[in-house]
Amino acid sequence: MPATFTRHPVEIERKDTGIGGKPPLDRRPTGGGGDGDNWDNRPHGRRGPRELLTRYRLGVLFALAGDLMFFVALVSAFFVRQSAGHFDARENYVSDWHPLAVPPILWINTAILILSSLTMEMARRQLFREIDVMDEWLGLGRPAVKRASPWMVVTLVLGTLFLAGQWIAWGQLVQQGFHYNSPDPSSHFFYLITGVHGVHLLFGVVALAAALGALFILRRIELRQIAVDCTAWYWHTMGLFWIFLFALLAFFQ
Amino acid sequence: MKLFTTHHRALGVLHLLLSLAAVTIGTLLSLVMRIHRVWPALAFPFHGQIKPEDYLALVTMHGTLMIFFVLTTAPQLGFANLVLPEQIGARGMAFPRLNAVAFLLTVLALALLLAAFFVPQGASISGWTAYPPMSAIAGAGPGEGTGMDLWIASIGVFCIASWLGAVNMLATILGERRAGMTWSRLPMTVWAWLITSILTLLVFAVLLAAVVLLFSDRHLGSSFFVPAGDLVNGVVVGRGDGSPLLWLHLFWFFGHPEVYIAVLPGMGLVTSLFANFANRPVIGYRTMAAMLVAIGFLGLVVWGHHMFVSGMNPYAGTAFALTTMAIAIPSTVEVLGWLSMLWGGGLRLPTPMLFALGFLSFFIAGGLTGPMLAQPALDSYLHNTFFVVAHFHMVMAMAGVFSLFAGIYYWYPLMTGRLMNETLGKIHCWISVIAAWGTFFPMHLSGLAGEPRHYERLTGPATTFSAITANERGITWSALLLAAAQLIFLWNVFVSARRGRLAGHNPWGATTLEWAPETALGRVQRAPYQYEIGVNQMKFHPQWESASKQE
Repeated sequence: MPATFTRHPVEIERKDTGIGGKPPLDRRPTGGGGDGDNWDNRPHGRRGPRELLTRYRLGVLFALAGDLMFFVALVSAFFVRQSAGHFDARENYVSDWHPLAVPPILWINTAILILSSLTMEMARRQLFREIDVMDEWLGLGRPAVKRASPWMVVTLVLGTLFLAGQWIAWGQLVQQGFHYNSPDPSSHFFYLITGVHGVHLLFGVVALAAALGALFILRRIELRQIAVDCTAWYWHTMGLFWIFLFALLAFFQ
Repeated sequence: MKLFTTHHRALGVLHLLLSLAAVTIGTLLSLVMRIHRVWPALAFPFHGQIKPEDYLALVTMHGTLMIFFVLTTAPQLGFANLVLPEQIGARGMAFPRLNAVAFLLTVLALALLLAAFFVPQGASISGWTAYPPMSAIAGAGPGEGTGMDLWIASIGVFCIASWLGAVNMLATILGERRAGMTWSRLPMTVWAWLITSILTLLVFAVLLAAVVLLFSDRHLGSSFFVPAGDLVNGVVVGRGDGSPLLWLHLFWFFGHPEVYIAVLPGMGLVTSLFANFANRPVIGYRTMAAMLVAIGFLGLVVWGHHMFVSGMNPYAGTAFALTTMAIAIPSTVEVLGWLSMLWGGGLRLPTPMLFALGFLSFFIAGGLTGPMLAQPALDSYLHNTFFVVAHFHMVMAMAGVFSLFAGIYYWYPLMTGRLMNETLGKIHCWISVIAAWGTFFPMHLSGLAGEPRHYERLTGPATTFSAITANERGITWSALLLAAAQLIFLWNVFVSARRGRLAGHNPWGATTLEWAPETALGRVQRAPYQYEIGVNQMKFHPQWESASKQE
């Protein structure tokens, strides 16, 4: 009998854990027959439409938490090095840190990166429009792919533009005589931080291209959602990191 | 056994085998060091006499192998891959392919590290801590060229591997638990792995950043760590006002939590073993789990106690001394929890339990010298003496290794379906306990007498140490005995795989889910350690039993 016609008393089951304290919730029966939501007995990866998505999101979240610590370490090194001077023979404090004026093109690059995050978000949301997902499950074509792929292409172009902009910024600095190995530590840090972030963004561009390909290749809609969703979160995080790193380089020299 | 596999249990065994290779090499290196300290003129086959730089290379490689490839790899990725998915009722790790990649990267890191023995000038001599400016300048000594580059490459790869491993583990523990496996039903080992994974994620990224900076100093002409006017072999190499202290901060921000990464899984494991073999529930389960979390958190804010004599601001030293001594509180709660589980006797004493008790003895003895070294005034005398060597070999190395042995004897049936030989196991345990105490306890005395670390020999012009040479000789003999006892273990491992007694299902009478029969997989309805105290009878309710069978 369908669940809508039955009336079962809903009692929360609690069992004593044997270790004291309030026992945890064991089961909250929803009433109704069958085991419609007993996802545990399904094969791995098919326990509900969002099982895999949740898992991959968790993975990306933790990987990015570690990555955050990587950048935190670099930024703290920046501040330590900034304040590391020495006293000369006459007790004068000598520091070799000379603030570096960031090339103005970085402002444009920053704007491009923020814009690319917006387009990426547009792409991501296309994959989760319920009506499109429904269409696909019913076999009425793949509207999500059609909607998302242009936004992905735009993001890819903007990301590449950002990387090109960073390259131009480096060129401008080199013309002004700042090299990675010039004696000025602020110059090391500028190249190091922009370089390391650039490598991360290059991974992001590769991931974007892969996700774009995946949109057309992967058959299961859940997997396409994962490809775009995880790339998007990575992309947003790199954008956020950049805003902080740019603020550091521009205002905390 | 296949090298390219994504099955978590096979990967667990592979990680353990990798650690076995590393621990074998690391132990042999330490024996060469011990022999050289006592008989400095002895020529070794295939090598000849040990030169001072050889001794320092041995110190570096012994430390790096043991810390990274044994104490980080085995208790965390080895054991967790072996039993973690089963313990939380999952069908596997969250990301099996990522898991396999992490293992292969660890193999690559080990290969890179060991390659340093075969390059011109040999392995790095700047210790496992790789302090600059020595590590930052290729001309600073033998082995600081290619040997140091290989060290940096190895550690960089290892950082990425542990990062992937930790991501996998966290996603598994948070997302893959069976229904009903609530936080208060997690076995204590899972709590420990949860905390070590978080620590791994936070601190290995910092180490990676540090080795990137070090690489840049060596090859790209920057000056993060090389101080102004640094003079090497009569040449000024300092290019700017770099700060060696910066490396110390970055390195020890990694290095201290690393100690907890090494020992927390052991603490979780012995908690389980004490419950199992004392047939008692874990007393104060929530407190014990919370104290593991507290140790992990405090472990992140104590790194400065490695740097009391480094020229750091003395007020910072005071702060670090306070946080360090605060760790004694959760550690003591853990120890009291264990002792209260053991109180009253009635223990079963198979080999895993004996090793767990050995762990306890080292954890307490090594832990007691911790608060001593945490005081800047005492540390200024004891720093860089053998007292420190004794301290960390007791509390991290021996406690860690004993928990590893306990885990291997305990979980061996899961790997092979057979039990290891009990008689040989007990002989192995007793010789190891006695020899390990005989090796590391007298080092405290040498250290108090002022014997410095990293010095290749005590004879020669310095005659003041002649009084402790007898002590040194005792340590060396004891170390040889300790190493020889491990041959019994190796024999036992390999022979029992073929000829051991068949274990059957749940040979230890355990309650956690890794022992569950394949058929019994439903919703988890029980706490992990439901043992009932009774006279001369074993009564327990495993987690795979449904709660209705309680009557």
